[in-house]
Formats: sequence, C-alpha cells, structure tokens
Amino acid sequence: MGAVIIALIVVAVVVVLIVVWLFAIYNGLVRLRNQTKNAWAQIDVQLKRRHDLIPNLVETVKGYAAHERQTLEAVTQARNIAQGAVGKGVGEQAKAEGELSGALSRLLAVVERYPDLKANQNFLALQEELSSTENKISFSRQFYNDSVLKYNNKIQMVPSNIVAGMFGFKTGEFFEVAVPGEREAPKVSFK
Amino acid sequence: MWEQIRSNQIKSMMLVVALGLLLLVLGYMLGWGFADNGIAGLIIALVIWFFMNLFAYFQGGSMVLAISGARKIGPDDHPRLWNVVEEMKIASGLEKMPDVYIIDDPALNAFATGRDPNHAAVAVTSGLLQKMNRDELQGVVAHEMSHIKNRDVLLMTMCSVTLGTIVILAWYGTRVMLFSGGGRGRRGGGGSGAAVIMLVAIVLAILAPILAQLIYYAVSRKREYLADASGALYTRYPEGLASALEKISGSTVQLKSANQAFAPMYTANPFRKEGRAAEDLTSTHPPTSERIRILRSMAGGASLAAYNMAYSQVSKSGKGVVPRSALVSDQPVGVRPASATEPQPEKIERVRETSDLMWKMSNYGLVNCQCGTKIRVPPNFKGQSIRCPHCGTVNSMSSKR
Repeated sequence: MGAVIIALIVVAVVVVLIVVWLFAIYNGLVRLRNQTKNAWAQIDVQLKRRHDLIPNLVETVKGYAAHERQTLEAVTQARNIAQGAVGKGVGEQAKAEGELSGALSRLLAVVERYPDLKANQNFLALQEELSSTENKISFSRQFYNDSVLKYNNKIQMVPSNIVAGMFGFKTGEFFEVAVPGEREAPKVSFK
Repeated sequence: MWEQIRSNQIKSMMLVVALGLLLLVLGYMLGWGFADNGIAGLIIALVIWFFMNLFAYFQGGSMVLAISGARKIGPDDHPRLWNVVEEMKIASGLEKMPDVYIIDDPALNAFATGRDPNHAAVAVTSGLLQKMNRDELQGVVAHEMSHIKNRDVLLMTMCSVTLGTIVILAWYGTRVMLFSGGGRGRRGGGGSGAAVIMLVAIVLAILAPILAQLIYYAVSRKREYLADASGALYTRYPEGLASALEKISGSTVQLKSANQAFAPMYTANPFRKEGRAAEDLTSTHPPTSERIRILRSMAGGASLAAYNMAYSQVSKSGKGVVPRSALVSDQPVGVRPASATEPQPEKIERVRETSDLMWKMSNYGLVNCQCGTKIRVPPNFKGQSIRCPHCGTVNSMSSKR
C-alpha cells in the first residue's frame, strides 16, 4: 500500500518536472523567435533610413558633379530596385541591398575627385549620416544573424527539436549580403 | 553569447551575498560588543544598508551624472557621438537607446550608468571626443555598452553601497568602542569571555572594510576584462578599443570631477598616477598596458573565445576570464577592416566641433564676423551690437546664432 503511494508520487513528480521542462523549452523558443523578429525589424528601419537618405545625397552631389550622371543614375536605380524588394523575403532583399551598397561605394569613390563638394557642410553631414547608417545596417545584420543562428540551433538540436517540431517552429533565414566583386560563397541548403 | 549575462549574475550574486554576510557579521559583533545585543546591531546594519540601496537604486544614476557635471545631448548636438552610441546599441541588441551625456573635461574618459538596460546612460568627456577618431570612440562606447548589457552598473552600485555601509559601521563602531571603553567593560560583568568578544569585534571592525574593498576591487577588475571582451565582439574591431586605451594611458590629465566611489564605472581608472605599481590589489581597473596587449594579441577574430585565449596568453595564468557558459554558444567571428573611408574629421576639426558644442551648451551665443572671426557672446550680454576685436566691424546682435 505504502509502496504504491510512493510510486504514484514519484511518477506524478516526474510528470510535473517533464511538463515544466517542456514549458521552459517552448518559452525559450518563443523568446528566440521574437528576438529574431525584433532584430529583423531593426534592419528594416536602417534600410528604410538609407533609402530616404539617397535622394538627398544624389541632389547634393549633382550640384557639384553633374557630369557623373552615370554613377548617380546607377545609385538611384539601385535604390528603387531595393525599395521594390522590401517585403519580398530575406534573400531577395539582401541581394538588392548588396547592389545598392556597391553603387553607393562607387559614388563615394567618385566624390573624392571634387574637393569643393567634400568641403560642403551639407554633404559632410549627409556623409556622416550615410556611413553611420551603413554601420547600423551591418551591426543590425550581425545581431540578426547571431539571433537566427541561435534560434536555428535550438530548433535543430536535441531535445528542443522535439518541442519545435510539435509546435511548428521554422528555422530562420540568414541575411547574407553579397558584396559585389567578391565571389559568392557556395550556398548550403539544410533542407 | 548572451548567456554570459546569466552566468555573470550567479557569480555576482555570490559576491553580493559575501559582502552582505560580512556586513551582517560586523553588525552583529558590533551590536554584541557595545550594546550587549547582537540582534539590534544586525537590524541597525540592515536598515542602514536597505535605505542606502534604495536611494542608490533609484537615484544613483542621476546623482553620478549630476556630480560629474554631465550634460545631456540630442542627436543634432553631436551627430557622430550619437550615431556611434546608436550603432553600439544595435550591435549589443539593447532594446532602448541610452541617454547620451557629455562632460566638459579635457581628461579622456567615459562611463555608463543606470540600474537596468532601460534606464541607462552613457557619458563621455569632451577631451575624449577631441582626441579619438571614429573607430576609437566606437571602441570606448562599446566597452560602456557592455557594462550596461552585462548589468555591471547595478552590481557595482549594490557592492559599493554594501562596502560603504561596512565602512560607516566600522568607523562609528570603533570610535564608540574606543571612547566609551566598550559597553560590556563599563558594566563590569562578563569576564574573559566578554573581553574576547570585544577583541573580535574590534579586529573585525578594522579588517572588514579592508576585506570588503579587496572583494570589491577584484570583481571590478574582472568586469573590466569582460567589458573589453564584449566590446571587441560588438565592434568586430579590437584594435579600436586598444588604440583608444593607448591614447587614454598616454594622457596625464586627471578627471576633475571623479569620485573614488564611482571609479569602477569609468573606462580607465580616473585616479591613475604616474609611476604607480602596474597592478595591485587595490586598483579598480586592470593595468591598461595589459588590456591593450590582450586586445592586440586576439588572433583569429573578435569572438569571446579569441579574447579568452589572448587573456590566458598575456596573463600567463593559463586561465581564461570569460565564463564557460558564455563560451559554449560563442561563434568564431571575423575582424572588420578599419573604417578609413569614413568621414573622420581631422584632429583640429574635432577640437573645433567639440568646443563649439561646449560653448553652445553653456548658452553662449555665436556671432560670425565678416572677417572670419567667431565672437562668443556670454549669455548675460544685453547689448544690441558687438564690436569685432580683430577688424573693428560693429556686428548687430540680431545675427547671433
């Protein structure tokens, strides 16, 4: 009699512990998923900021270096493509933004030839904003990719993969920017 | 890598508990020693400690900022500093942008304050803004951001409050015992047992503050290494912080408003003196030269593991400094190149930019004369026009900015 009760209690305690443990894993997964979502929103804010800065930059540069039309047009075009890619998924957006980065760096290289422009206060302020936005994009990308890596690890590793499978947690996609002129890294699929 | 905080919290709690126990024992012994009531002493110690902590928790941050004469700035006052802080806020994954303050002081230093990541502030001196290039400024801000992210500020505040309580209790305790000859002795009772207790109470009152300070300093130094490690990780550029520390250690200007109690919050020890032994038990910061050497010998990336490896090499202890739980989820990360193409105002321009800001923040007006002279107008100047000291042109005050 006594032994049965003790056995029941032991079983009950074990069941409760397992349930608590599953809850903890589930909550951990949700926390990580929200973190990646937040990190993604952060990238979006910075990308939008860059899109907003570019028309201003193009106008300012035009005033001093009108015959760099080709470079300027390339920037404007890349910006429009990047803006069109918003919401079309991480991969597509990353590609368009990578191209915009390339066009921008070409423009800033061209600017080096115009000392008057480089002395313009308005241009200096814009350049500080732009390069800081570039930094913010790469820092938010860095944080986003770290979060995705951790989230994906949790989803794929034992024992949290069981909980992830039960509740349909999907792995996140990395935000990889292909820098133009650099060979694209081989794609690895984990499907 | 964010697990680092959790493991830090456990170790930190152990420290707070150790300091707290020291406080309780001291309170009990003092109470027993001269009021014949250990519990009363214990309760008095607890009450003092509780109220000091309460004050430090809610008012500590603003008090430190007020004492150091820091002034809050907005995004337009100093765009570069603001941007760098925002960049590091993003890199560290902090949810809320900390307040940004500038201290008008030629010394090179910075500190972070705030009880939790949602009530945080970063303050830098104007000297720092003048001397550091963008990468170096980023390194310093990243170090401060790590203090916020790792919740070092709250920990160090609680520790320094406990330390302060121990010092106060010990000070009053020894004075009272010395001048009254001790409560027990006066009543004539007790005998040899009481004498022993008295002795223990006195010895404890003398030793406790010293012991507490040593614990406090040891922890403070460890937090500095950890903040350097996370700073290198956030920026992906250890050289930025290394080079900033080099400039800081080369500067001989001491911070005017520094206060011994706040020393652990600064990037570099504000009380460092020339010719002092490189490291001893009573310094809040590790020797700067060693911090630089560790950062510079980080081979193979900017990860916490790389810092840990460099630390064990440089310190020759063979032991790391980063908690193991943080290393488990650590990933190898590369170092980014120096930001050479970024607009880095030359030194003169940085000095000019910063001094313009400091004048503006003291409510000085600015009149640009046609000869190129900048005339600073004090806030209490009531005249309608002002004469340029160089070319003699009379400028109307309406052109004031």
